[in-house]
Amino acid sequence: MQVRRSIDLRVILPAAGAAVLLMMGTALALADPARDAILAALATQAKAADPAFTAFSAARGEAFWNAEHSGGNPDLRSCTSCHTKDPTAEGKTTVGKAIAPMAVSKSQQRFTDEAKMTKWFDRNCNNVLGRVCTPTEEGDIITYLSGK
Amino acid sequence: MVRRLLAFGVALSLGAAPALAQGTKFPPITDKTTLTECSACHLAFPPQLLPARSWQALLGNLGNHFGQSATLAAQDQATVLAYLKAHAADAPGTPGGATYLKGLQASTTPLRITETPYWKRWHGEVSKARFAQVKSPANCEACHKGAAKGQFTEAEEEE
Repeated sequence: MQVRRSIDLRVILPAAGAAVLLMMGTALALADPARDAILAALATQAKAADPAFTAFSAARGEAFWNAEHSGGNPDLRSCTSCHTKDPTAEGKTTVGKAIAPMAVSKSQQRFTDEAKMTKWFDRNCNNVLGRVCTPTEEGDIITYLSGK
Repeated sequence: MVRRLLAFGVALSLGAAPALAQGTKFPPITDKTTLTECSACHLAFPPQLLPARSWQALLGNLGNHFGQSATLAAQDQATVLAYLKAHAADAPGTPGGATYLKGLQASTTPLRITETPYWKRWHGEVSKARFAQVKSPANCEACHKGAAKGQFTEAEEEE
Protein backbone atom coordinates (compact mmCIF):
# COMPACT_ATOMS: atom_id res chain seq x y z
CA MET A 1 0.00 0.00 0.00
CA GLN A 2 2.75 2.43 0.97
CA VAL A 3 4.59 1.96 -2.27
CA ARG A 4 1.45 2.26 -4.33
CA ARG A 5 0.49 5.49 -2.61
CA SER A 6 3.85 7.16 -3.14
CA ILE A 7 3.70 6.38 -6.84
CA ASP A 8 0.26 7.96 -7.13
CA LEU A 9 1.39 11.09 -5.34
CA ARG A 10 4.37 11.50 -7.58
CA VAL A 11 1.98 11.66 -10.51
CA ILE A 12 -0.76 13.69 -8.88
CA LEU A 13 1.27 16.40 -7.15
CA PRO A 14 3.05 17.81 -10.20
CA ALA A 15 -0.21 17.69 -12.13
CA ALA A 16 -2.00 19.60 -9.37
CA GLY A 17 0.84 22.09 -9.24
CA ALA A 18 0.68 22.62 -12.97
CA ALA A 19 -3.08 23.15 -12.76
CA VAL A 20 -2.64 25.80 -10.06
CA LEU A 21 0.04 27.57 -12.08
CA LEU A 22 -2.19 27.47 -15.18
CA MET A 23 -5.08 28.99 -13.24
CA MET A 24 -2.87 31.74 -11.85
CA GLY A 25 -1.48 32.39 -15.32
CA THR A 26 -4.96 32.96 -16.74
CA ALA A 27 -6.13 35.18 -13.89
CA LEU A 28 -8.25 32.44 -12.33
CA ALA A 29 -10.24 31.97 -15.53
CA LEU A 30 -12.73 29.11 -15.48
CA ALA A 31 -11.18 26.23 -17.33
CA ASP A 32 -13.08 24.01 -19.75
CA PRO A 33 -11.44 21.41 -22.00
CA ALA A 34 -13.46 22.44 -25.06
CA ARG A 35 -12.70 26.13 -24.54
CA ASP A 36 -9.03 25.36 -23.96
CA ALA A 37 -8.93 23.42 -27.24
CA ILE A 38 -10.59 26.31 -29.08
CA LEU A 39 -8.05 28.75 -27.60
CA ALA A 40 -5.15 26.44 -28.47
CA ALA A 41 -6.32 26.22 -32.10
CA LEU A 42 -6.71 30.02 -32.27
CA ALA A 43 -3.20 30.44 -30.80
CA THR A 44 -1.78 28.22 -33.54
CA GLN A 45 -3.54 30.34 -36.18
CA ALA A 46 -2.41 33.57 -34.51
CA LYS A 47 1.19 32.39 -34.48
CA ALA A 48 0.96 31.39 -38.13
CA ALA A 49 -0.38 34.83 -39.06
CA ASP A 50 2.14 36.70 -36.91
CA PRO A 51 5.40 35.04 -35.79
CA ALA A 52 5.77 37.71 -33.07
CA PHE A 53 2.58 36.45 -31.36
CA THR A 54 3.27 35.07 -27.89
CA ALA A 55 -0.02 34.82 -25.96
CA PHE A 56 -3.60 36.10 -25.85
CA SER A 57 -4.22 39.12 -23.64
CA ALA A 58 -7.27 39.82 -21.49
CA ALA A 59 -6.28 43.50 -21.44
CA ARG A 60 -6.25 43.69 -25.25
CA GLY A 61 -9.56 41.82 -25.28
CA GLU A 62 -11.09 44.31 -22.86
CA ALA A 63 -9.89 47.26 -24.92
CA PHE A 64 -11.32 45.67 -28.09
CA TRP A 65 -14.63 44.94 -26.35
CA ASN A 66 -15.08 48.55 -25.26
CA ALA A 67 -13.65 50.26 -28.37
CA GLU A 68 -15.72 52.13 -30.94
CA HIS A 69 -14.98 50.45 -34.26
CA SER A 70 -15.90 51.43 -37.82
CA GLY A 71 -16.51 49.72 -41.12
CA GLY A 72 -19.66 47.88 -40.12
CA ASN A 73 -23.24 48.86 -39.36
CA PRO A 74 -23.12 52.47 -38.05
CA ASP A 75 -25.67 51.56 -35.37
CA LEU A 76 -23.45 48.76 -34.10
CA ARG A 77 -20.00 50.26 -33.56
CA SER A 78 -18.99 48.24 -30.55
CA CYS A 79 -19.41 44.89 -28.84
CA THR A 80 -21.03 46.96 -26.11
CA SER A 81 -23.79 48.15 -28.49
CA CYS A 82 -25.64 44.92 -27.72
CA HIS A 83 -23.65 43.28 -24.90
CA THR A 84 -23.19 46.44 -22.75
CA LYS A 85 -19.95 47.54 -21.05
CA ASP A 86 -20.47 44.97 -18.31
CA PRO A 87 -20.03 41.44 -19.71
CA THR A 88 -21.54 39.97 -16.54
CA ALA A 89 -24.83 41.75 -17.33
CA GLU A 90 -27.53 40.76 -19.81
CA GLY A 91 -27.37 42.40 -23.20
CA LYS A 92 -30.12 43.23 -25.67
CA THR A 93 -30.47 42.63 -29.42
CA THR A 94 -31.50 45.53 -31.66
CA VAL A 95 -35.11 44.35 -31.47
CA GLY A 96 -35.04 44.23 -27.68
CA LYS A 97 -34.53 40.53 -27.00
CA ALA A 98 -32.36 39.67 -24.00
CA ILE A 99 -28.88 38.20 -24.56
CA ALA A 100 -27.47 36.08 -21.73
CA PRO A 101 -24.22 37.51 -20.26
CA MET A 102 -21.04 36.84 -22.27
CA ALA A 103 -18.89 36.50 -19.12
CA VAL A 104 -17.95 32.87 -18.63
CA SER A 105 -18.56 33.17 -14.88
CA LYS A 106 -22.23 33.86 -15.68
CA SER A 107 -22.68 31.70 -18.80
CA GLN A 108 -20.33 28.78 -18.46
CA GLN A 109 -21.09 27.28 -21.88
CA ARG A 110 -19.63 30.33 -23.69
CA PHE A 111 -16.91 29.51 -26.26
CA THR A 112 -17.20 25.75 -25.81
CA ASP A 113 -19.18 25.04 -29.03
CA GLU A 114 -16.92 25.87 -31.95
CA ALA A 115 -19.65 25.99 -34.62
CA LYS A 116 -21.77 28.34 -32.53
CA MET A 117 -18.79 30.51 -31.67
CA THR A 118 -17.66 30.78 -35.29
CA LYS A 119 -21.19 31.65 -36.41
CA TRP A 120 -21.45 34.52 -33.94
CA PHE A 121 -17.92 35.88 -34.40
CA ASP A 122 -18.47 35.91 -38.18
CA ARG A 123 -21.81 37.69 -37.85
CA ASN A 124 -20.86 40.17 -35.18
CA CYS A 125 -17.38 41.08 -36.42
CA ASN A 126 -19.01 41.81 -39.79
CA ASN A 127 -21.71 43.86 -38.08
CA VAL A 128 -19.28 45.92 -36.00
CA LEU A 129 -16.11 46.04 -38.15
CA GLY A 130 -17.31 45.07 -41.62
CA ARG A 131 -14.83 42.17 -41.65
CA VAL A 132 -14.10 38.93 -39.84
CA CYS A 133 -11.99 39.13 -36.70
CA THR A 134 -8.40 37.88 -36.62
CA PRO A 135 -7.48 34.80 -34.54
CA THR A 136 -5.65 37.14 -32.14
CA GLU A 137 -8.72 39.37 -31.69
CA GLU A 138 -10.96 36.34 -31.09
CA GLY A 139 -8.52 34.76 -28.63
CA ASP A 140 -8.11 38.05 -26.76
CA ILE A 141 -11.88 38.47 -26.43
CA ILE A 142 -12.35 34.89 -25.22
CA THR A 143 -9.50 35.35 -22.73
CA TYR A 144 -11.03 38.60 -21.44
CA LEU A 145 -14.50 37.08 -21.06
CA SER A 146 -13.15 33.89 -19.48
CA GLY A 147 -11.72 35.98 -16.65
CA LYS A 148 -14.93 37.94 -16.18
CA MET B 1 -63.69 11.45 -40.79
CA VAL B 2 -63.40 12.89 -37.31
CA ARG B 3 -59.94 14.18 -38.16
CA ARG B 4 -61.20 15.80 -41.33
CA LEU B 5 -64.03 17.44 -39.47
CA LEU B 6 -61.65 18.69 -36.82
CA ALA B 7 -59.27 20.07 -39.39
CA PHE B 8 -62.16 21.82 -41.10
CA GLY B 9 -63.28 23.27 -37.78
CA VAL B 10 -59.80 24.59 -37.02
CA ALA B 11 -59.47 26.08 -40.47
CA LEU B 12 -62.86 27.71 -40.17
CA SER B 13 -62.23 29.22 -36.75
CA LEU B 14 -58.74 30.47 -37.66
CA GLY B 15 -59.96 31.80 -40.98
CA ALA B 16 -62.64 33.77 -39.22
CA ALA B 17 -60.43 34.84 -36.32
CA PRO B 18 -59.81 38.50 -37.14
CA ALA B 19 -63.53 39.28 -37.46
CA LEU B 20 -64.67 37.40 -34.38
CA ALA B 21 -61.99 36.88 -31.80
CA GLN B 22 -59.75 39.25 -29.88
CA GLY B 23 -56.64 37.84 -31.49
CA THR B 24 -54.98 35.02 -33.31
CA LYS B 25 -53.44 31.75 -32.24
CA PHE B 26 -50.69 30.31 -34.42
CA PRO B 27 -49.57 26.71 -34.23
CA PRO B 28 -46.19 26.33 -32.47
CA ILE B 29 -43.04 26.10 -34.59
CA THR B 30 -42.12 22.43 -34.45
CA ASP B 31 -38.74 22.51 -36.20
CA LYS B 32 -35.96 22.88 -33.63
CA THR B 33 -33.45 24.52 -35.99
CA THR B 34 -36.00 27.10 -37.12
CA LEU B 35 -37.04 27.88 -33.56
CA THR B 36 -33.49 28.08 -32.20
CA GLU B 37 -31.94 30.09 -35.00
CA CYS B 38 -34.74 32.62 -35.52
CA SER B 39 -35.33 33.18 -31.82
CA ALA B 40 -31.65 33.81 -31.10
CA CYS B 41 -32.16 37.47 -32.07
CA HIS B 42 -35.92 38.01 -32.21
CA LEU B 43 -39.18 36.20 -31.74
CA ALA B 44 -39.42 33.24 -34.10
CA PHE B 45 -42.19 34.92 -36.07
CA PRO B 46 -45.10 32.72 -37.21
CA PRO B 47 -44.26 31.61 -40.77
CA GLN B 48 -47.95 32.04 -41.63
CA LEU B 49 -47.48 35.82 -41.60
CA LEU B 50 -45.53 35.95 -44.87
CA PRO B 51 -45.90 34.23 -48.24
CA ALA B 52 -43.31 31.66 -49.32
CA ARG B 53 -41.68 34.14 -51.75
CA SER B 54 -40.91 36.44 -48.82
CA TRP B 55 -39.23 33.70 -46.81
CA GLN B 56 -37.26 32.75 -49.90
CA ALA B 57 -36.02 36.33 -50.29
CA LEU B 58 -35.19 36.69 -46.59
CA LEU B 59 -33.35 33.40 -46.23
CA GLY B 60 -31.50 34.10 -49.48
CA ASN B 61 -30.02 37.30 -48.08
CA LEU B 62 -29.03 36.54 -44.49
CA GLY B 63 -25.69 38.28 -45.01
CA ASN B 64 -27.67 41.53 -44.93
CA HIS B 65 -30.65 40.87 -42.72
CA PHE B 66 -32.01 44.39 -42.21
CA GLY B 67 -28.48 45.76 -41.98
CA GLN B 68 -27.09 42.91 -39.90
CA SER B 69 -25.36 39.67 -40.67
CA ALA B 70 -27.47 36.67 -39.71
CA THR B 71 -25.63 34.07 -41.75
CA LEU B 72 -26.33 30.39 -41.15
CA ALA B 73 -24.49 27.22 -42.07
CA ALA B 74 -25.77 26.11 -45.50
CA GLN B 75 -27.55 23.05 -44.14
CA ASP B 76 -29.33 24.99 -41.38
CA GLN B 77 -30.32 27.68 -43.86
CA ALA B 78 -31.92 25.05 -46.11
CA THR B 79 -33.74 23.45 -43.16
CA VAL B 80 -35.15 26.77 -41.95
CA LEU B 81 -36.19 27.88 -45.42
CA ALA B 82 -37.97 24.58 -46.12
CA TYR B 83 -39.90 24.82 -42.85
CA LEU B 84 -40.89 28.45 -43.31
CA LYS B 85 -42.06 27.87 -46.88
CA ALA B 86 -44.05 24.78 -45.90
CA HIS B 87 -45.92 26.87 -43.30
CA ALA B 88 -46.12 30.14 -45.22
CA ALA B 89 -49.36 32.09 -45.68
CA ASP B 90 -49.75 30.68 -49.18
CA ALA B 91 -48.65 27.12 -48.43
CA PRO B 92 -51.36 24.61 -49.35
CA GLY B 93 -52.00 23.30 -45.84
CA THR B 94 -51.92 26.60 -43.92
CA PRO B 95 -55.16 27.08 -41.97
CA GLY B 96 -56.51 30.58 -42.44
CA GLY B 97 -53.98 31.35 -45.14
CA ALA B 98 -56.43 33.46 -47.14
CA THR B 99 -56.86 35.74 -44.12
CA TYR B 100 -53.14 36.45 -43.88
CA LEU B 101 -52.92 37.05 -47.61
CA LYS B 102 -55.95 39.35 -47.85
CA GLY B 103 -55.00 42.65 -49.44
CA LEU B 104 -51.46 41.55 -50.25
CA GLN B 105 -50.55 42.17 -53.88
CA ALA B 106 -49.31 39.01 -55.58
CA SER B 107 -46.70 41.15 -57.36
CA THR B 108 -45.07 42.29 -54.10
CA THR B 109 -42.66 40.46 -51.84
CA PRO B 110 -42.88 41.98 -48.36
CA LEU B 111 -39.67 41.56 -46.37
CA ARG B 112 -41.19 42.76 -43.14
CA ILE B 113 -44.31 41.34 -41.52
CA THR B 114 -45.14 44.94 -40.59
CA GLU B 115 -45.53 45.72 -44.32
CA THR B 116 -48.38 43.27 -44.77
CA PRO B 117 -52.01 44.45 -44.87
CA TYR B 118 -52.85 41.73 -42.32
CA TRP B 119 -50.42 43.12 -39.72
CA LYS B 120 -51.47 46.70 -40.47
CA ARG B 121 -55.14 45.87 -39.97
CA TRP B 122 -54.37 44.83 -36.41
CA HIS B 123 -51.93 47.58 -35.43
CA GLY B 124 -53.50 50.76 -36.79
CA GLU B 125 -54.30 52.04 -33.33
CA VAL B 126 -50.81 51.54 -31.90
CA SER B 127 -48.82 54.78 -31.78
CA LYS B 128 -45.31 55.27 -33.16
CA ALA B 129 -44.23 56.35 -29.69
CA ARG B 130 -45.38 53.04 -28.23
CA PHE B 131 -43.34 51.11 -30.81
CA ALA B 132 -40.30 53.31 -30.12
CA GLN B 133 -40.72 52.61 -26.42
CA VAL B 134 -40.26 48.87 -27.03
CA LYS B 135 -37.38 49.51 -29.50
CA SER B 136 -39.11 48.05 -32.54
CA PRO B 137 -42.46 46.73 -33.82
CA ALA B 138 -40.53 43.46 -34.22
CA ASN B 139 -40.51 43.17 -30.43
CA CYS B 140 -43.91 41.43 -30.42
CA GLU B 141 -43.50 40.11 -26.90
CA ALA B 142 -43.37 43.58 -25.40
CA CYS B 143 -47.17 43.70 -25.77
CA HIS B 144 -48.16 40.16 -26.78
CA LYS B 145 -46.93 38.22 -23.76
CA GLY B 146 -47.90 34.87 -25.28
CA ALA B 147 -46.25 35.56 -28.63
CA ALA B 148 -43.56 32.91 -28.19
CA LYS B 149 -46.37 30.37 -27.88
CA GLY B 150 -48.11 31.75 -30.96
CA GLN B 151 -50.73 33.64 -28.98
CA PHE B 152 -51.39 37.16 -30.19
CA THR B 153 -54.27 38.66 -28.29
CA GLU B 154 -55.35 42.17 -27.50
CA ALA B 155 -55.68 43.83 -24.09
CA GLU B 156 -52.37 42.49 -22.90
CA GLU B 157 -50.84 45.85 -22.20
CA GLU B 158 -49.34 46.00 -18.76
CA GLU B 159 -48.52 49.68 -18.70
